[in-house]
Amino acid sequence: MTRRPTALIAEDEPLLAQALQAELDRAWPALEVLASVGDGAAAVERALALRPDVLFFDVRMPGRTGLEAAVELADEWPAGAAFPALVFVTAYEQYAVQAFEAQAVDYVLKPVQRARLARTVARVQEVLARRAPGGAGFEATLAQLRALMAAGPQRPQETLRVLQVSVGNAIRMVPLEEVLYFEAADKYVRVLTTGHEYLVRTPLKDLIPRLDPAQFWQVHRGTVVRAMAVHSVIRDEGGKLHVVLRGRPERLPVSRLYAYLFKAM
Amino acid sequence: MRIDWIAKLQTYLQVLAFCLAVATIQYAFVPQRPYAPGVAYSIFIGSIIWAVIDLGRHLLPSSAQTGWPKGPAGIALVAVAIAAGYFLGTRAAGAFAAWQGWAPHEAAGSASHDWRGSVLVTLIAGVVASFYFYAQTRSAYLQRKMGEARRHANEARLKLLESQLEPHMLFNTLANLRALIASDPARAQDMLDHIIGYLRATLEASRATTHSLQAEFDRLHDYLELMAVRMGPRLQYSLLLPRELAQQPVPTLLLQPLVENSIRHGLEPKVDGGHVLVSARRDGRTLVLQVEDTGLGEAGAPPGHGFGLAQVGERLATLYGAASAVDFAAVPGTGATATIRIPLQP
Repeated sequence: MTRRPTALIAEDEPLLAQALQAELDRAWPALEVLASVGDGAAAVERALALRPDVLFFDVRMPGRTGLEAAVELADEWPAGAAFPALVFVTAYEQYAVQAFEAQAVDYVLKPVQRARLARTVARVQEVLARRAPGGAGFEATLAQLRALMAAGPQRPQETLRVLQVSVGNAIRMVPLEEVLYFEAADKYVRVLTTGHEYLVRTPLKDLIPRLDPAQFWQVHRGTVVRAMAVHSVIRDEGGKLHVVLRGRPERLPVSRLYAYLFKAM
Repeated sequence: MRIDWIAKLQTYLQVLAFCLAVATIQYAFVPQRPYAPGVAYSIFIGSIIWAVIDLGRHLLPSSAQTGWPKGPAGIALVAVAIAAGYFLGTRAAGAFAAWQGWAPHEAAGSASHDWRGSVLVTLIAGVVASFYFYAQTRSAYLQRKMGEARRHANEARLKLLESQLEPHMLFNTLANLRALIASDPARAQDMLDHIIGYLRATLEASRATTHSLQAEFDRLHDYLELMAVRMGPRLQYSLLLPRELAQQPVPTLLLQPLVENSIRHGLEPKVDGGHVLVSARRDGRTLVLQVEDTGLGEAGAPPGHGFGLAQVGERLATLYGAASAVDFAAVPGTGATATIRIPLQP
């Protein structure tokens, strides 16, 4: 393969984006930086359009964090194409370093130092040489993104037993046993039971740590279902998974990140 | 409420020692009377007084904080205890003396002619001992209070240092500096000067308590200039300080947490960024300081936001009491405004 490797940089601080590009020119002259963007949403959009080989994502970005952008990208990435090598760039190690030891995803600390960047470049080149479309590398990346999502800054919280939902000017107490699934909707979370739908203001990402992980499974960025309520999982013509719940008519999409939950025995 | 029984036992032992001393002093004045009955009377009376006061004070809610009931309740408790101590104590001691076979006329306080003396001794001893224990509880309470206040001040200082030297702020700033050294050495030097100003102010803020409004605005300028290098065109700012207010004293780095909030929660998470306006103005006898931004305007602010505001509110309440006020208003999609009002110094 004689094609030059390509990269996308997502970094909200313009000087740091320039500096990273300059350092990359020196450490990896063959690498072609296709674009440099300043927020998470643009990072996902440009990565899907340009399909670079390597992504350098800043962890803290406006709109969407680097991690959120990577998860979204993994979900939307076309099935036939090889997923890019991922490198997170951060000023501060908020994720335990062991999360990166699986080697599927690398990280660099800011200020970026030459010796460290050279190591990352060597690692990325190795990943690129081994990778194949939809291969084991992608599975490893997904596993690692899951681990990073779980390792985020969160405090142990008490498990919720009942949801307090405002209905008109009353507060309705909805026991968690009645909930079939949660779905993020803009600034709210829709809570669905067999016969009702409620809205709560707590964002889904704040709700998830307070749910019992044995009972509720996250199956998508914006969807958490009651595991025991899952009737079946079906694959559509496009190869995407959907869950069907007992007591609800709709089909809920399962993202690639969570497809591992549903494997035939 | 929890009762510390070890402390109760300690107090009771002190009471017993005091009773022995009282009995001994009485014996020294009237050596013709036997010693033992005096001790018995003293101990019975003292024990009852101790029990009524030391256990009874837990029943009065006002003692929960200081350990001693407030105002008249405290005095009434002592009076009731001394009366109960005298009447029940002499009765019990009389019964005890009879059981021991001491001659009734030999027992102290039993003879009608010196009951006045016994009442007086009980009264004086009761008041003196109560006052002693009252003073002790009070000083323990004051010491605890002082310790709390000191811890509070230390915590606030630590929080300020922590937020100033927050790793993201520090390392991102240094990363920008590193980038500038290669591309634009003159601007790098400029940025380094602002870093120095910022760090010096951070360290000084943990020592000095007030500085001039001009100094406050200079420090904000350092901080905003650093953030402007980092955020590029996403951050615009203006600082408006009328000259006649420049020398007004204000608590050090009072506005810093508010400006930080504007950037961290308002502009940094907003893709297009925005503008921060810091202004000072005079409103009669009041100095009005305002931090406005055109950021996300999230009212349901994340924990960090609340901390900054709460910290500013606490500092102002300690320094100016009710004469100060902090207000925060946020309109989603439009921005947020924090307003501080403090008395203008003549």
